[in-house]
Amino acid sequence: MKLPDLTELAMRNLRESVLRNSLTTIGISVGVASLVAMLSLGIGLQQLASRRLMKSGLFDTVVVTSRRDLRNFNREEERNGPAPAESKILEESTRIEIEHLPNVLEANPDIRFITELRYEDKPHLTTVAALPASAKSNDAFESVQGHFFSSDTAPEAILQKTFAEELLGRTPKPGLDETNVADLAAPLLGKELIMRYAQREAGQKPSASTHENPLAPGNDSLAAAAYSVISREQKLKIVGVADLDPESMRGPTRGRVFVPLGLAETLHVMQPTDLREISRAAGDQPVYSSVSVRVKNPAQIRATEDAIKKMGFNTFSILDATRSLQQFFAVLDLFLGIFGSLALAVASIGIVNTLVMAILERRREIGIMKAIGASDVDVKKLFFAEAGAMGILGGIVGVVLGWAIGQVINLGTNVYLKRQSLPPEHFWAVPWWLVGSAILFAFLVSLGAGLYPAGRAARLDPVQALRYE
Amino acid sequence: MGSAEKSPLNPAAQAPAIHAEQLCRHYRMGETLIRAVDGVNLKVRSGEFVALLGSSGSGKSSVLNLIAGLDRPTSGSVIVQQQNLAQLSREDLAKYRLHTVGMVFQSFNLIPSMTLAENVELPMRFAEVERGKRDSLAREALARVGLQARMNHRPSELSGGEQQRAALARALINRPQLLLADEPTGNLDSHTGTEIMDMVREFNQQLGMTVVMVTHERALAERYAERLIFLADGKLVGDEPNAAAAAAIEADNVQQGVRR
Repeated sequence: MKLPDLTELAMRNLRESVLRNSLTTIGISVGVASLVAMLSLGIGLQQLASRRLMKSGLFDTVVVTSRRDLRNFNREEERNGPAPAESKILEESTRIEIEHLPNVLEANPDIRFITELRYEDKPHLTTVAALPASAKSNDAFESVQGHFFSSDTAPEAILQKTFAEELLGRTPKPGLDETNVADLAAPLLGKELIMRYAQREAGQKPSASTHENPLAPGNDSLAAAAYSVISREQKLKIVGVADLDPESMRGPTRGRVFVPLGLAETLHVMQPTDLREISRAAGDQPVYSSVSVRVKNPAQIRATEDAIKKMGFNTFSILDATRSLQQFFAVLDLFLGIFGSLALAVASIGIVNTLVMAILERRREIGIMKAIGASDVDVKKLFFAEAGAMGILGGIVGVVLGWAIGQVINLGTNVYLKRQSLPPEHFWAVPWWLVGSAILFAFLVSLGAGLYPAGRAARLDPVQALRYE
Repeated sequence: MGSAEKSPLNPAAQAPAIHAEQLCRHYRMGETLIRAVDGVNLKVRSGEFVALLGSSGSGKSSVLNLIAGLDRPTSGSVIVQQQNLAQLSREDLAKYRLHTVGMVFQSFNLIPSMTLAENVELPMRFAEVERGKRDSLAREALARVGLQARMNHRPSELSGGEQQRAALARALINRPQLLLADEPTGNLDSHTGTEIMDMVREFNQQLGMTVVMVTHERALAERYAERLIFLADGKLVGDEPNAAAAAAIEADNVQQGVRR
């Protein structure tokens, strides 16, 4: 029998005992709905988590340090690689080299220093960190009061909330609600800060004053490395106040005052590494203690890390953390899926029951069909078609139902979140592949459930079936 | 004479349409072995109208089921249109039932949830006849039995005679060479029964179909069948030509010849 005929006959048979078949189909729907609801919760939570983590810039970032740096994250590598004293230093040329690696989005030096800032003639000692322009999309700066830097070299500053409080002479009252960032920003935005810092100035050219150099007469490289420290001032305009935690893990945001990276680079602020790199720094090329490399896709982190390691540097990423996170969600999804499938398993027993009942009821009909020429395969296919049709129908209704349940729960949770004055979240996701595979799964489970009844109907002896009224 | 006229319609006229040899169908019911059919030898010519007679339990229906390919012999052979049914696979047996045999039953056996048109169309679905052709063929077949006005009715809305006519239309839809009827008038009053039997004879005469009819009504058999075969306890106990019916057929042919 051809598929259109099969479908037509199956649908006709399903309509014949519409109540029973609808109930069975509803059973499948509930099964599919619970499966979809469970899985979409798992997927939604996973998406929420990875969305948050992606935005934090943690998972697409590799921190590169020189092997000479004793503050290495990975002690193992140090033992295998060249001795710290012989390994390369992290300078501008290396940064450019890294930036040209495939899949690398950008490589920014981490510039961070402690210095004095004057606001309304009062000195405040604090940590200043440089922010690349790409930090604008970082969720830490999403809710910045005021605005982000107008350009990468603008003499502007964004303050961390607690520093803003310090400038205004306010101290957060314990036990009370956290200070409103907008309240802090209002009196500060547009005001001026004066940053006093130590500038590193490259030493004189060897050709000019080799013999006069007291450090190492006759040693060109050492002479070249010499530099002087000059005290400078830089005016900064406060453009924003950010509500972020200074203690957070986020690499580039560890600071209380932020300045644009381009500006920070031109300032040549004296950095802690400068002291140690004295003997190796070549000329006026900047040397960095670490470089943050952003890759296009977190999946490419491992490859990028390996490439940088080959260049002779130490790397660190939180990839392993993502790995275990993914593992966690895989296990979570599995458990949710198993619980969701239980209902579908129960529903499939319903299908078996319905079809076995149908065989008893349609015994004579099957006998007639066989007598007028239906083959075993025809009868088997017909029962499969009925089971499959119930599966597909149940699957479609179930997906819609599951989606609706998800929406309702999402809505309810968001109402709750709003009451707790938290931003609403979309933690429920029904991706298309889930829709498709849920329906397919329901179809396959139904066919599986139809296996026994279909076989039994096909084997029915027509003489027996036709014997009794 | 009769067969000579029908031969152009049936190329296999010389070989018997049905040939059963030492046909046995035994089955167990608890401890006892029931010999429903017990060594039946039978030849039916192509185009012949045969009646199987016997009391209930004589094995006449069992023989018919074996010829119909609904059942398989325990031993012996039954060859229909050069096919040994005992050796066919289940699949081939289904094809045989679909294309070679048309069957009508005492209880009509129409599918109650389908309209007449759908019932008649059903064998064509199994035969995978093109969708477009099916509708007109079903219509034609129903018109032939005078039910064109009742096409879209369900069997329960019809009288017994009408249901049996629809069953006849369904039996003929795939143009089988063999029409097997199991007590076709058993559930009908005598007037309607005659109507149905006239129709069966018409198919036998006009389409050259071989007809095997099971009945326990001797009068009916004598009126329509060319040959009467008697069964008792699963054995063939009598096989005689029926001169009266043969004469009636002859008369019919003459009549039709005059009409033409």
